[in-house]
Amino acid sequence: MNLLKYIARNTFRHKLRTSLTVLGMAIVVLAYCLLRTVVAAWYAGVEASSPNRLITRNAVSLIFPLPISYLNRIREVPGVEAVSYGRWFGGIYINEKNFFPQFAIDADHYLDLYPEFIIPEKQLEAFKKDRRGCIAGRLIARKYGWKVGDTITIRGTIFPGTWDFILRGIYHGIDRGTDESQFFFHWDYLNESLKKTMPIRADHVGWFVVKIKDVSQAAEISRKIDALFQNSLAETLTETEKAFQMGFVSMTEAIVVAIKIISYVVIGIILVVLSNTMAMTARERTREYGVLKTLGFQEGFLFKLIIGESLFIAVTGGILGIILSFPAARIFAKSLETFFPIFNLSAKTLLSGLLAATLVGFLSGIFPSIRASRTSIVDSLGHVG
Amino acid sequence: MDEASAQGPINREEEKDDPLIIVKDLHKSYRRGAQKLTVLTGVNLSIPEAQYVVFIGPSGSGKTTLLNLIAGIDKPDKGKIIIAGVDISTLDESRLSKWRARHVGFIFQFYNLIPVLTAYENVELPLLLTHLSKKERKKHVLAALKVTGILDRAFHFPAQLSGGQQQRVAIARAIVTDPTIIVADEPTGDLDKDSAAQILDLLNYLNRELGKTIVMVTHDPRAAKRARKVYVLDKGILRDQYENDLSWT
Ligand SMILES: Nc1ncnc2c1ncn2[C@@H]1O[C@H](COP(=O)(O)OP(=O)(O)OP(=O)(O)O)[C@@H](O)[C@H]1O
Ligand SMILES: [Mg+2]
Repeated sequence: MNLLKYIARNTFRHKLRTSLTVLGMAIVVLAYCLLRTVVAAWYAGVEASSPNRLITRNAVSLIFPLPISYLNRIREVPGVEAVSYGRWFGGIYINEKNFFPQFAIDADHYLDLYPEFIIPEKQLEAFKKDRRGCIAGRLIARKYGWKVGDTITIRGTIFPGTWDFILRGIYHGIDRGTDESQFFFHWDYLNESLKKTMPIRADHVGWFVVKIKDVSQAAEISRKIDALFQNSLAETLTETEKAFQMGFVSMTEAIVVAIKIISYVVIGIILVVLSNTMAMTARERTREYGVLKTLGFQEGFLFKLIIGESLFIAVTGGILGIILSFPAARIFAKSLETFFPIFNLSAKTLLSGLLAATLVGFLSGIFPSIRASRTSIVDSLGHVG
Repeated sequence: MDEASAQGPINREEEKDDPLIIVKDLHKSYRRGAQKLTVLTGVNLSIPEAQYVVFIGPSGSGKTTLLNLIAGIDKPDKGKIIIAGVDISTLDESRLSKWRARHVGFIFQFYNLIPVLTAYENVELPLLLTHLSKKERKKHVLAALKVTGILDRAFHFPAQLSGGQQQRVAIARAIVTDPTIIVADEPTGDLDKDSAAQILDLLNYLNRELGKTIVMVTHDPRAAKRARKVYVLDKGILRDQYENDLSWT
């Protein structure tokens, strides 16, 4: 006989009540882990950003373009190692539901600035040679069943018309944090077409990507770039890629905050549920605690007995929840991959879920323990439980 | 084990003639809301070692209260309870707890076994507060179960035992630590006639053969007859006392 055995036996006294509480805890931890992963997914772009990349965009708004002529002037700023550019295309593949980001890029250099996108050498060469070539991330290629050589037709919205691209390469990410849902094609292809159809919109880019040598110079270089175009028709705003990505996230910050709050609320709910279960359990055993005290067991023993049981239930539920969150996250990721191309359960999230469960277990045991130790022996023994 | 027991039966050899239990001018009242209910008003008694005493009296006369005070599970308002040389009314909660573990064996009317523990484990429970090894504990537990005649049910749970059998387990639990005194509050109150007789035989055996000091409360005249000495309690004072002739047993 030892304390652990005693706790375990107590735990299984009310099998149904214990099972339901464990299940409740499992569901809560599962929900918590998924919600935290949604929050992390929201910040995936921020997380994946590189500290040595700056983004130069129109100071007024991202929706206003910048003239391609800025390219050479930015390149001359001291500390700048390389410059490239891209433009948001925003077309529709078959129908609106099939969302993935499409970028018209500087085919020769843009991808050099993104070493996290891994493309077979031959495919990259083939892409560069073909004006109508495109490259897609592994995730969307798999989703739409694209093979290298396929023709992909996208209907333009910002740039009207039907655009045919030939898939020349499929990239994959260097790690699980890399977005594999992007689609790249030649800026030149877009630009030539615009020159014919809408000459005013030609020769413009959405943003420049600036690679810098020294990360600590980021602020200084940004300032210098923006100074170049001060008082021009299109003033620029240069910031680190992280700050740029953060700008997107902050637009939807209220949702993120709401999700975070919900993740704490579910923990709060299970705290109430488990506290109630433990209070009920301890009340039923009042007489037994009186007997234990009569035999000479002191407060510490009752604390261990009650909190031990509470922890046992909470941690069992927590572990179950964590186990369940793997398949759940897979299902979640699959059905929401267009919204969250990066949806990975992180060790940190799982650990914080387990920690929350442990904390709930501990807190739920405290009140009944105090009550049990405060009740006098005479009153406990007189208790009809 | 601790200071409380260190202060315990130290000078017992020299004080051989001193009573084991001395109760002096004991007062106890309970508060129920604004009302004060006086239960004991100046009880005096002394009980020598190896004695078997019983408290009888009408319901509400304070028998249980007196027993609880002697057993150290309740505190008097006034007066002294000296057991084996220690005034337990002066001990703090934690010392009193240790004192009980060392010196008192409890037998309750409703057995009060822990339902999730087997008979064996219930008897082992008080030994967890000692420094005995698992092996030594086993020796003691089996011996106690043997004395109380319930060894064959050692691995049954309380719910699988009859009332009389449960009370035997409870008695084994009370004697397993070899306490200075055994207190019993209506130990036969919940048993049928035959089971009650067997439990009373067992208590007599513990007193006579093993020299245990027993303090019991009962309503049952048959039980009262089996003790060496009877105290009659009425409205919180000792009304009468007499010795039984036990030669017939
Ligand atoms: N914890 C308590 N709080 C308040 N009043 C109590 C408490 N314990 C006992 N009493 C009261 O004290 C009086 C004496 O109670 P006690 O239990 O000592 O009587 P008793 O002689 O053992 O009676 P019985 O034969 O019915 O068991 C009773 O009136 C009872 O209601
Ligand atoms: Mg009573």
